[in-house]
Amino acid sequence: MASVTEERVEVGAIKGDYQFGFHDTDHSVFRARKGLDRTIVEQISGMKGEPDWMLDIRLKAFDIFTQKPMPRWGGHIDGIDFDDIYYYVKPADREGRTWDDVPESIKNTFDRLGIPEAEKRFLAGVGAQYDSEVVYHSLKEDLQNLGVLFLSPDQALQEYPDLMREYFGTVIPSEDNKFAALNTAVWSGGSFIYVPPGIEVDVPLQAYFRINSEDMGQFERTLIIVDEGATVHYVEGCTAPTYSSESLHSAVVEIICKPRSRVRYTTIQNWADNVYNLVTKRAVAYENATMEWVDGNLGSKLTMKYPSVYLRGEGAHGEILSIAFSGKGQHQDAGGKIVHAAPNTSSLITSKSISKDGGRSSYRGLIKVTAGATGARSKVVCDALILDEASRSDTYPVMEVDEADVSIAHEASVSRIQEEQLFYLMSRGISETEAATMIVNGFIDPLVKELPMEYAVEMNRLIELQMEGSVG
Amino acid sequence: MPADLVIRNLQVSVAGKPILRGINLEIKQGEIHALMGPNGSGKSTLSYALMGHPKYQIEGGAVLLDGENLLEMPADERAQKGMFLAFQYPTTIPGVTLANFLRSAVSAVRRARGALSTSVSESGAKREMLMPMREFRKEITQTMKDLEIDVGFARRYLNDGFSGGEKKRVEILQLAMLQPKFAILDETDSGLDIDALRIVAEGVNKLIGPDLGALIITHYQRLLDYIEPHYVHILLDGQIVESGGPQLAKELEAKGYDWVREKYAEPVA
Repeated sequence: MASVTEERVEVGAIKGDYQFGFHDTDHSVFRARKGLDRTIVEQISGMKGEPDWMLDIRLKAFDIFTQKPMPRWGGHIDGIDFDDIYYYVKPADREGRTWDDVPESIKNTFDRLGIPEAEKRFLAGVGAQYDSEVVYHSLKEDLQNLGVLFLSPDQALQEYPDLMREYFGTVIPSEDNKFAALNTAVWSGGSFIYVPPGIEVDVPLQAYFRINSEDMGQFERTLIIVDEGATVHYVEGCTAPTYSSESLHSAVVEIICKPRSRVRYTTIQNWADNVYNLVTKRAVAYENATMEWVDGNLGSKLTMKYPSVYLRGEGAHGEILSIAFSGKGQHQDAGGKIVHAAPNTSSLITSKSISKDGGRSSYRGLIKVTAGATGARSKVVCDALILDEASRSDTYPVMEVDEADVSIAHEASVSRIQEEQLFYLMSRGISETEAATMIVNGFIDPLVKELPMEYAVEMNRLIELQMEGSVG
Repeated sequence: MPADLVIRNLQVSVAGKPILRGINLEIKQGEIHALMGPNGSGKSTLSYALMGHPKYQIEGGAVLLDGENLLEMPADERAQKGMFLAFQYPTTIPGVTLANFLRSAVSAVRRARGALSTSVSESGAKREMLMPMREFRKEITQTMKDLEIDVGFARRYLNDGFSGGEKKRVEILQLAMLQPKFAILDETDSGLDIDALRIVAEGVNKLIGPDLGALIITHYQRLLDYIEPHYVHILLDGQIVESGGPQLAKELEAKGYDWVREKYAEPVA
């Protein structure tokens, strides 16, 4: 039997240094036909046995999606052929509670990605999504006993329909943008987290998203509710095989930070460079709550993603740390948005971008202060590092301030690796590639230091992989 | 047999402008040479050209380290072969700690010299090529103590916010740990107060011995009060115009560079 499994796992056409470009042979249990219409939306909802109200939300969102024009800003997305995408691919019959429940070839994939190992070593809970569905979910028993919920939103819809109905789509309505509407119409998988009042989850919960199928659209939906005085750190990672045709990843993440809660959401995005990554992420923070986005974008063909925090309660604090690395053929259009809608709120956006081999990194940010949000304080720092003449960096900062009693600062810098720095390191015996990698890792070090050790190591390793080969 | 560094008729230009016009110099391991000269004579150009800075264009001549042509090697290879340059103005590398940088450098150099025992790796291939952490920490801590550098500096970003004296001490720290055959000290005394000068000079003196050949580039005599050279050379307008023993430096100190200028002034055409 083992030999049969062996044959099924094949290595896809690996381009460049991307080491996650392998794929499994397809053995999904169900696959909707390509393209999108009302029937597909109904089929997805029907297969999941959803209540009527969710189907209604989906169908309304589908209408909004079809009516809204394609965005004409940010990156070039005309290459997306909505008729040539699988919107729903179900990889397994059910969601596993142990890795033994997961089909062997899928388990092998996650083994290669190091997920079960990480789970054993330093995680409180793990979710693993493969194409359209979550295939594995776990949460440490002590957290379960404290009432912490960590499951797929599909399961949450079955087991906690009231919570889902109360919060789903309240932070990011379907009308928000075309891709939020698309996600709402065809969403599948993702994470649902609820942390009860006062509970501090001090080790990270992690979800890992893997696209396996070609011409795949992955539309996971994440909803995180952190009750008063509670804390949680959620981490997501993602990879995909390298195919010659493009895939689409379009997620929606909604977070509710109740008073005095602390939430950190860390992303290490490492999609293959054929993936369009168009994601809407937003959090609402109430009185004295703290929301932090740590957003690392290394992969994808094009990423358009601007994690946002709406500071709706007095004393709330929002922070966005954005790291973008664009290599050959890549465009990272990243950044963040903070809306100060209550007095004495504060925010900090720190963006570090690197462009190499003709890659393009853009910082796109918004700081908005509504009338009455007195004493709001905000600081934005954007640093860009460009490694060669062919690469590009842009900054698009927007500030809308409707209140006089505020303090807002913006700093931006663009730099190149200096010949003197390279020479200094090389004069100590360090090779040119290693020297350039050191300088790049040094450039993002102030942000990487914010990551838990395991992720900091991972981030530095990914930068090393990106830097290997051509320099100069 | 001690190695030698042979510089033959070296001509170097910067941005199309000729700076060095035929330098001849031989340094053996164990020898201390001082190179003195007024501002603009080409002292720093020589140090950068010997180390392989791409901005310094070699127009002619040869530099041989133990018979191998250095001029064909990039800077990292020269370092691996045993060259070292203590910079006059060490560069700041934000985000890279002194310890991480130096561990990579020492590992690269010792690896190239076959002096790094490759241990069994736990994870990546990169790791196994690095000097073991414990061993490195022990060595850097001891060397920092010797040079009166606060060991906390190991965790600081390289040269970031270091004072002039701290930067120079960290250059000598690197010199001590990289154990080159030939070290060029480019105006290591500049910008140092008398205490810092003493510490740096004592650090260099500890390293001086049969395995190190040194080229000490300086404008003033004062560093040579601490480090006794075997030979002194005077550089003027891109050429070595005078060579002699330690007394030459003292003569220069007494008479000033104008004396050399007058003596070697080019005849009016």
